[in-house]
Amino acid sequence: MSHKIEDLKACDRSQAGTRSLPQLKNTNPANGSLAELLPPLTDHEALVEANRCLFCFDAPCTHACPTHIDIPGFIKKIATDNILGSARTILEANLLGATCARVCPVQELCEGACVLGAEHKPIMIGRLQRYAMDHVYRRGIHIFQYAPSTGKRIAIIGSGPAGLSCAGELARLGHSVTVFEKRELTGGLSTYGIITLREPMEIALAEVEMVKRMGVEFRTGAELCSSLTLSELRMQSDAIFLGCGLGSTPQLRIPGEEHVVDGLAYIEQSKLDPSHLDVGQNVIVIGAGNTAIDCATIAKRLGARQVTIVYRRSDREMTAYEHEHEFAREEGIEFQFLTQPVRILAENGIVFGLACVQMALGESDSCGRRTSQPVPESEFIMPADQVVKAIGQEKPSLASLLGLATAPSGHIAVNGNFETNIPGLYAGGDAIRSSGACSTVMAVEDGKLAARAIHKQLTGLPVPEAL
Amino acid sequence: MADLHINFSGIRSPNPFWLASAPPTNSGAQVHKAFEAGWGGAVWKTIGAPVLNVSNRYGAWHYGEQKMVAINNVELISDRPIEINLREIRDVKRNWPDRAVIVSAMVESKPEAWHDVVRRIEDTGADGIELNYGCPHGMSERGMGSAVGQVPEYCEEITRWVKEAARIPVIVKLTPNITNIVSPARAAASAGADALSLINTLNSIMGVDLDTLEIMPSIAGQGGHGGYAGPAVKPIALNMLSALGTDPIVAASGIPISGMGGISTWKDAAEFLLLGASSLQVCTAVMHYGFRIIEDLCDGLSNWMDSKGFKTVAEITGKSLNRVSEFKDLDLSFRTVARIKPDKCIKCNLCYVACNDSAHQCIDLITGAGSVVQPYSYSVRSNGKEDAVSTRPQPRVREEDCVGCRLCYNICPVHECIEMVELPPYRASVTWDQLSQSQREVTEDWEAMNRYREQQKIHIH
Repeated sequence: MSHKIEDLKACDRSQAGTRSLPQLKNTNPANGSLAELLPPLTDHEALVEANRCLFCFDAPCTHACPTHIDIPGFIKKIATDNILGSARTILEANLLGATCARVCPVQELCEGACVLGAEHKPIMIGRLQRYAMDHVYRRGIHIFQYAPSTGKRIAIIGSGPAGLSCAGELARLGHSVTVFEKRELTGGLSTYGIITLREPMEIALAEVEMVKRMGVEFRTGAELCSSLTLSELRMQSDAIFLGCGLGSTPQLRIPGEEHVVDGLAYIEQSKLDPSHLDVGQNVIVIGAGNTAIDCATIAKRLGARQVTIVYRRSDREMTAYEHEHEFAREEGIEFQFLTQPVRILAENGIVFGLACVQMALGESDSCGRRTSQPVPESEFIMPADQVVKAIGQEKPSLASLLGLATAPSGHIAVNGNFETNIPGLYAGGDAIRSSGACSTVMAVEDGKLAARAIHKQLTGLPVPEAL
Repeated sequence: MADLHINFSGIRSPNPFWLASAPPTNSGAQVHKAFEAGWGGAVWKTIGAPVLNVSNRYGAWHYGEQKMVAINNVELISDRPIEINLREIRDVKRNWPDRAVIVSAMVESKPEAWHDVVRRIEDTGADGIELNYGCPHGMSERGMGSAVGQVPEYCEEITRWVKEAARIPVIVKLTPNITNIVSPARAAASAGADALSLINTLNSIMGVDLDTLEIMPSIAGQGGHGGYAGPAVKPIALNMLSALGTDPIVAASGIPISGMGGISTWKDAAEFLLLGASSLQVCTAVMHYGFRIIEDLCDGLSNWMDSKGFKTVAEITGKSLNRVSEFKDLDLSFRTVARIKPDKCIKCNLCYVACNDSAHQCIDLITGAGSVVQPYSYSVRSNGKEDAVSTRPQPRVREEDCVGCRLCYNICPVHECIEMVELPPYRASVTWDQLSQSQREVTEDWEAMNRYREQQKIHIH
């Protein structure tokens, strides 16, 4: 068996939190346009908004929230000036409340279900949640205490939303948890993949710190499948949770591919080192999901004169949320629908255009989205000096490496307890989710539910009502 | 168009709205400005004994985002020299002959002190005198204000002293800080008062500062009870007003009542008139928004009177007093049920939780398919606005179990969503009073009551 974790001992020196965090450069005025888009609510704004909440019973916002935060409860606590209690209410349901407050597509979730939405403006739930979260994070208030140790040891693979949530929930229950993260920084997608405009990296790292204070150990630079076998890890642990997310951006499989910039890397650099991000003057982003819009936004805000999103189907089939689409248009990003790239045009390694063909919509596919077909002899050239691809992510490679059963979509298959076909090996987050919608908050819920299933499996006890 | 003029015990004003004796009537300049804005009259801030005031004298109660639902104060009577007040009263009255200028007074409880102040007020040309028997703080500690109003005998005696000297109408202002408002009212009437006014402010402590543990507002670390007024006191004022209007002795005296206590809008004003007020006094709403509110007070009242066909204010006065009943005279057979209009309902479930936690457990949650579900019955994996909205059940009243308590109606946030529907009574009309006369044992003995309920098919679960 070659299922290994890379040099766990070597990783001890690089535990997140014991090292200094990278100096974030997006506070540089030259790159100020990437700063968090929405300002925090002032105390008075939060109070006014909180008082607007009707305090629904069995509220639809709570139903719509994948982690089922008691939203009227936390908002009422803001209204009564019990911000600490408000934060606790949020975190008890969702340990990544600060990230979710910023990245959740609230229009599709809580705010979309608000009873005031029909005739009035829905309550700004996301921003109120952020207000309560900022209150405790800014003051360094530690909400949770160590639970008495159960002696059970759990390994978590991946420190993204699913892994972090699972780790924190297990730690609250008294288990010994170690998180293995292959990257240098912890936080996964929240750290590397959410544009600063929506969530500054400090927020994601602060959440990791909170989970660390709950007693969870983090080992960075530790990748499964390198030097330690899965079976070794299984021997050291009573259970394992895989929150490894998805793989890299797939190939476009068109000539000139080597000149294409990877969208995820583009976002990553915009967070880690925006001043060295190479941004073209005329940028084309291929793909029409939320990542594509994020890439286009970065390009636009970091100086591109023209940014165009190219998508082979029409606006009705694009996977980006409607509010993201609207946001992109307000940013001045252009859309070129029914357009399929066929080759990158470059000379001496310098991109000067993208050859495309016109597409026509055909039959609906199994998901109900209409497929598109090339229109014969419709090839045309779009000038561009940078082409970025944001066309989704590969399925998790760990599935085949570990010999895990997969769903038809290629995602890791789990049962109702988030357990894979290997007993004691659990999985959650994007690695198991065939649809990418609301991935952060869904991953948090997966991690939470998997933690409860693991707890029950290991102790025979249900999760206590009040922790 | 309705005629808003009033003649209140001989005091005339072009509309029934007077500024109450309070900070807005502290000076000639203020009253002049108020009259320019259209106020019908002003009761000058109480003059009399010498005083000194403190800072942080006003406290407020805010509810949600509504500022100053109530105000409280420890401000004393006018702290301006009495000569200046009297001079300014004279000037204002000379400049505004058509407006009512009434002077509130409060002096030591000695006949000569009252005789003196009455004469000095009359010298100004003022239209009337209001005796401040209500101020609950500061002055009461010195034997004035509510210390008088709370003892009907004092109330009567001082009113007599004043009436011995006064040639202009004397209004006795009553304190609500008393068990039965009727007693001092009768006392004032029997002493010859020309009119009554009520309510003065209520004793109150506005709160405690949770940082410093001091009373709010803090006056050098201390605080205490102050006079409470504003929109929050209106129902208390209406009750006391109607208690006078329905008291046979006060009513028989025929003396008019100037109503006040939380009047902020023309609607409040109309209600005070309907329950027996002949003139109206306003303070807190002016302290909150300024003299300009008089425009809508008059305009709204006038429009409402036109829509109802009322020609004069006098016509309205006391018109709803015959609707004030004691419980024993209410019709026990009267029956309403709550009905929720599904097309208006936003499914906030506030009615559901109110009914189930605090009332009669007769609101159910109904699924789209028509079955009853419990709250929170969705799966833990269900999420998203589509799921939440499309599966959200509809609250519905089980009318056979509804006692028509009206709690859901009162808390529903949607205008005209819950209706209290009157249904034909199950039994013949009867009041508790009639029942206690015709079947006395039913009203005194639970077994008899149970037999009566069975016979009448009254089921209370």
